[in-house]
Amino acid sequence: MRLAVREAVRSFSRAPVLSLLSVTTIAFALFVVGLVVLVGLNVRAALAQVGERVEVVLYLRRGTPLEAITMAEQDILAFPEVADVAYVSEEDALARARQELREFQDVFADLEQNPLPASLEVTLKPEYRDAQHVEAVAERLRGFQFAEDVRFGRDWIAKLDRLRSIAAAMSVLISAAFAAASIIIIGTTIRLTVLQRSREIAIMRLVGATDGFIRLPFLLEGALKGALGGALAVGLSYGAFTIVSRLILRGRFFTAPETLAFVVAGTLLGLFSSTVSVGRHLKEI
Amino acid sequence: MINFAKVFKAYPKGVFALRDVTFRVAKGEFVFLTGHSGAGKSTVLRLVYVGELPTEGEVRVSGHPTQKLNKRDIPRLRRRIGIVFQDFRLLADRTAEENVAFALEVTGARRDLVGPKVARVLAQVGLAAKARAFPHELSGGEQQRVAIARALVNDPFVLLADEPTGNLDERAMRGVFQLLREINANGTAVVMATHNLDLVRQATYRTIELEAGAVVYDSADDGGGAVGPA
Repeated sequence: MRLAVREAVRSFSRAPVLSLLSVTTIAFALFVVGLVVLVGLNVRAALAQVGERVEVVLYLRRGTPLEAITMAEQDILAFPEVADVAYVSEEDALARARQELREFQDVFADLEQNPLPASLEVTLKPEYRDAQHVEAVAERLRGFQFAEDVRFGRDWIAKLDRLRSIAAAMSVLISAAFAAASIIIIGTTIRLTVLQRSREIAIMRLVGATDGFIRLPFLLEGALKGALGGALAVGLSYGAFTIVSRLILRGRFFTAPETLAFVVAGTLLGLFSSTVSVGRHLKEI
Repeated sequence: MINFAKVFKAYPKGVFALRDVTFRVAKGEFVFLTGHSGAGKSTVLRLVYVGELPTEGEVRVSGHPTQKLNKRDIPRLRRRIGIVFQDFRLLADRTAEENVAFALEVTGARRDLVGPKVARVLAQVGLAAKARAFPHELSGGEQQRVAIARALVNDPFVLLADEPTGNLDERAMRGVFQLLREINANGTAVVMATHNLDLVRQATYRTIELEAGAVVYDSADDGGGAVGPA
């Protein structure tokens, strides 16, 4: 192992230009993947924000006793899908309407009786904000005796659902395509290193080195290049992100675990490519 | 120790590099392999160090039929065979001693044993003073001595030399040849492929001549070494 590390470092320092070139190639290949993933993450975050507005409103029959409402609130909170329940009294509803619908000021002023019903506004947990679950919760809310009506934006939620599936599918497809492209680029880059050292490999074989012994320094080198390329790609992505954030729109960057995952992915890619390249080369000679 | 029995080696397109080759090399023997370029000398050596396998017939090295060796045994066998080429095949970015040490290190030799052993073989080939020199700082003869030291460092039972003097001037050639004779005198068998008939004539070693892949002359059949082919 000690020898393998020494050989890997030696190969780095012996061909600094080629090493730098392959690290840069890997970095740019991963940078593109990083950008696609970053866009995907931001689209998802934006959709999640929209999703926060998904709520189901249970309008209450006039004259429902407050105790019944409080008990119902507890029941609803116990639904697995439900994040929060807010009681809006008739007076609150009117006050809100007055504030939000100023153009109807006169109508409200002439009212002798408050026409607006009290309601319970039910917010769902993020993972349940899709048409199917919203529908199911609404159905259960209708079951309450004092339920006058249950409303939710059916069409709107269905559209949001579709948008979410499209975004998810697109980001998976595009990331996969770019990841495949970078695997090929990284594989070719590492193969170049292997070919450059084919003479050395032949000599190692002649003096009785086992394939495992020959392979190890290349694997270490591949992993090291992958890790450096991954780290550089994160740096490039951060640069691009900063520019976009400053000029166009605010978004989110990778979290620390995501950054780490990215570098680990680079390392594994480097390792994988070099395993394949050296394996192929050893089989050929 | 090395045993060729009715060996054929064919390459794709039906070209035969060796046809019906049979001979034995005994322990501690010195054998010249002669013949024109393309006669099959290098193929014989490649079959010995299992760089290739025979198409037909059997090659036994140190008692093992090479076709039956599994992948792991091949490196182990090569560590007991020293190999020297016309073009030296040294690693250009390593010093003489590093080149020699490399052959020991790949065998997983203990670190504290590497240094003394490398120093000893470099002294044996007369290069103790140039241990720290890189190949490009050495003459052809010196580079070949480093290659020989590398081949010797694992104490091989046989040294295979493929035209070891082919790239050397007269003086260097004599020096390298003398070194091979000394190595043989110490008990290591030497199989040397060469088309330098002057060298062959001045020594009294066994000579096997190949022509178009077949053995056309073996001085052992005449009852011993002495003169080569006419």
